[in-house]
Amino acid sequence: MPKVTFIQPDGLQNVLDAEAETSVMRVAVSNGLPGIVAECGGSAMCATCHVYIEDGYLDGLPEMSEVEDEMLDCTASERCANSRLSCQLPVVSDLAVRLPDAQV
Amino acid sequence: MTAETLATNAPVLDLDPFSDDFLTDPYDAHEQMREAGPVFWLERYGVYGVARHDEVSRVLTDHETFVSSRGVGISDFAKEKPWRPPSLLLEADPPQHTKARQVVTKILTVKLLRSLKDGFQAHADELVARVAAQGGVIDGVHDLAEPYPLAVFPDFIGLAKDGRENLLPYGSMVFNTFGPRNGHFERALERGAAAQGWIMEQCRPGSPASEGLGAQIHAAAAQAGFNEEDQAKLLRSFLSAGVDTTVHGIGNALQCLAENPEQFAALRDDPSLARAAFEETVRYSSPVQTFFRTTSKDTEVSGVALPEGSKVLMFLAAANRDPRQWESPAAFDIQRKAAGHVGFGFGIHACLGQMLARLEGECFLTALARHVSRIELAGQPKQQLNNTLRGLDSLPLHLTAA
Ligand code: HEM
Repeated sequence: MPKVTFIQPDGLQNVLDAEAETSVMRVAVSNGLPGIVAECGGSAMCATCHVYIEDGYLDGLPEMSEVEDEMLDCTASERCANSRLSCQLPVVSDLAVRLPDAQV
Repeated sequence: MTAETLATNAPVLDLDPFSDDFLTDPYDAHEQMREAGPVFWLERYGVYGVARHDEVSRVLTDHETFVSSRGVGISDFAKEKPWRPPSLLLEADPPQHTKARQVVTKILTVKLLRSLKDGFQAHADELVARVAAQGGVIDGVHDLAEPYPLAVFPDFIGLAKDGRENLLPYGSMVFNTFGPRNGHFERALERGAAAQGWIMEQCRPGSPASEGLGAQIHAAAAQAGFNEEDQAKLLRSFLSAGVDTTVHGIGNALQCLAENPEQFAALRDDPSLARAAFEETVRYSSPVQTFFRTTSKDTEVSGVALPEGSKVLMFLAAANRDPRQWESPAAFDIQRKAAGHVGFGFGIHACLGQMLARLEGECFLTALARHVSRIELAGQPKQQLNNTLRGLDSLPLHLTAA
């Protein structure tokens, strides 16, 4: 089972097992992890599951859709080059993401 | 194989989900459907049904097998001519749907909604404080749930000031016509017919105020290559889906809070729970109860074979109370994590207005927490029966001003 490492803004880390193909957002939400709101439940409509991808993990990710790109312009915390919406990222192999200061 | 022989695979139910009894109080029937099996056959209408969270989610997600272009009501557009030209959003499949949806998502952004918040909140505060100060018995529907969306939504779109009373009957008609041709359908068509002319006039490019969302949708649609007729149809989706739904959401929230005083006390203690309280309302008392899909090929759901051309009725509201998914599903709990409910649908057709609906719900319930210290039922709430929607006709309340 691939593992996803979630790094909170204060540096605290949680390593969670992910069933193949579930989204990074679902992994966080189904484990009750704070820091991912995911108000719309995964429809790329709310921009409240924003994450920063840690160095070294960016390459293996699926390409960003136009919708995700636009939603990322609306995040509560600053958008960076490594910003993604975690609802749009199926887990295929190990991954590490950093959570932003705010989602809403 | 014909539908008849395959149907024996699925448990057969004699329930009528569009009867007055069912629409008045659907919850026992929801349980019966969930327990009958993952997929069942509704004999009266010759349609399949799904009522568990898992199967409803699967049907919503697999938009290639379960298409919307043949109608999201009981009528199959492949066999029957729709009563109005189909929606470019709700009643369309990719790639046409994708193109239309992008026009709107580019405009109705989270950023835009954030910019509306102060104005929406001010309206809610003014309305709720005024009604709470009235004293005596008020009607939660006529005095609060209807006026609030009608105060913010039409201005936001840029609709004419005159004729806004047409919005509710038009929406009610559209949602009734997803059901069978029963009394609700026929009466709604009669009443809605008068509203239709005004709605079509509002949807015409050039008609909405230039600074509103309507004009922006027209402009963006024109830029994306949609002709004038289709530009109008895109705006029509907003006028059909944007008012009755939020009115019912707010009315149902008032009822839930009046019937669960400890939940209202929690909201009073912490008004930042307002958004969660609205979310829980959409789960617990879902304004949109059902939608159909049509199978585009022979398929299978949880071991039950469905032939091509089958209508499948998704009981969103039943999925939202499925004990397989929720702890104490029949408890209204504004502090639960309601995310994952399907009250706004899911997948490519997930409600386009959901962030706007949440904003309205949040502002309204924040105002309620600020200006009202007690909310009590002052009589029997009356349901407004609709083939698709669940909401109230009247809600007698006694409010104590804070
Ligand atoms: C509490 C309020 C609301 C509820 C419960 C609700 C519910 C829903 C649901 C369940 C769907 C999915 C339809 C399907 O899968 O076939 C949907 C779609 C849609 N809703 Fe809402 N809605 C609400 C408010 C709004 C508002 C305020 C607007 C407009 C501003 C709106 C516009 C739409 C549109 C355009 C679609 C079609 C999207 C598509 O097919 O791509 N809704 N809504």
